Amino acid sequence: MLRLDCLRAVYSEMENCLVVTIMGAVAAELQSLGHRPNFFCLQHAMGLASSTGLGLALCLPEQTVVVFDGDGSLLMNLGSLSTMARYGPKNLVHVVFDNESLLSVGGFPTATSTGTDLEGIARAAGIPRTLTVRSVEDFKTAFSEAVQGRELTTIVAKVEAKGPSGYVTDLTLLENRFQFRRHIQSLKKAR
Amino acid sequence: MPVSLTNSKLIHEALKECDIRLVSALPETWLVHLIRFAEEDPEMTLVRLAKEEEAVGISAGAHFAGVKSAMLMQNHGFLAAINGIVSFAHLYKIPLLMLISYRGTFGERDPWQTQGGNVTEPLLRALRIPYISLDMPETAKRRIRQAQTLAESSLQPVALLLTRDLMWEE
Repeated sequence: MLRLDCLRAVYSEMENCLVVTIMGAVAAELQSLGHRPNFFCLQHAMGLASSTGLGLALCLPEQTVVVFDGDGSLLMNLGSLSTMARYGPKNLVHVVFDNESLLSVGGFPTATSTGTDLEGIARAAGIPRTLTVRSVEDFKTAFSEAVQGRELTTIVAKVEAKGPSGYVTDLTLLENRFQFRRHIQSLKKAR
Repeated sequence: MPVSLTNSKLIHEALKECDIRLVSALPETWLVHLIRFAEEDPEMTLVRLAKEEEAVGISAGAHFAGVKSAMLMQNHGFLAAINGIVSFAHLYKIPLLMLISYRGTFGERDPWQTQGGNVTEPLLRALRIPYISLDMPETAKRRIRQAQTLAESSLQPVALLLTRDLMWEE
């Protein structure tokens, strides 16, 4: 299963979500499908995409927040799973693309390549709904159910360690950041 | 426990006057009352962390959502949060109001706190994070307000060092 195919399969469903991604392939591939003002790509600070999603979800309970995390990033901030579980926002969908490697720095294998089970860790941390998917169809179904389900969910999507040829995109970091905040403020005004 | 209840209350009131609605914290002795006040305050959301760096992401999320937030941590927690501060808050111009208990300085009896005390201010300066100490109740509220104002106008992390003189009564 390719991460790009997963992103493509749920792209239309992200229209009304606030989306936070990690850096590297996830950010570049999502942008290659077409950037939207409701997407924020955290192009560094590995591990903090899930924390950012938690902050958004707690402050905006009427919005659905989607985090596209990765195995390398989540392994740097496993405590985030316990914090997410502790507050359990029902409007947060946490997707972990697990390619068992740190792809953008040369493909070094992570601990998920030697048996660490991120879904198991998420479940044991107290995330109420967790699942692992291995096909694009299963991913699409799991994602749709999580977005509509109103229950904190971690979806571990096992994907191939393949990514784009480059990671720098034409969306500058600050442009993305200010656009994302302005988009959220416009949603609040419209309400 | 000789943590100052009066001055903790003062700090909490100052945060409220700044319209702080979300506080993320990792407990330490000097912060016990502040964390309890945040938890008991119906107008505030308290997020208890596993590690202080998480607070950078949570506060960034709150900022995107238009909610003012503050971070409560020990200076060793500030050390643990530095990558997040640099590669998120600085990189993306995120305002952070960091209230840091300043352990390991004059009067410190716990040997394990003393190295962190030595490097806190040099690191704040190296990171070019504007900071000021809160050492007297007379000026604490004003300095908290000023710090919050600067964080919001400059879109950067600002630190307040909670000192022994303010937080501890012996």
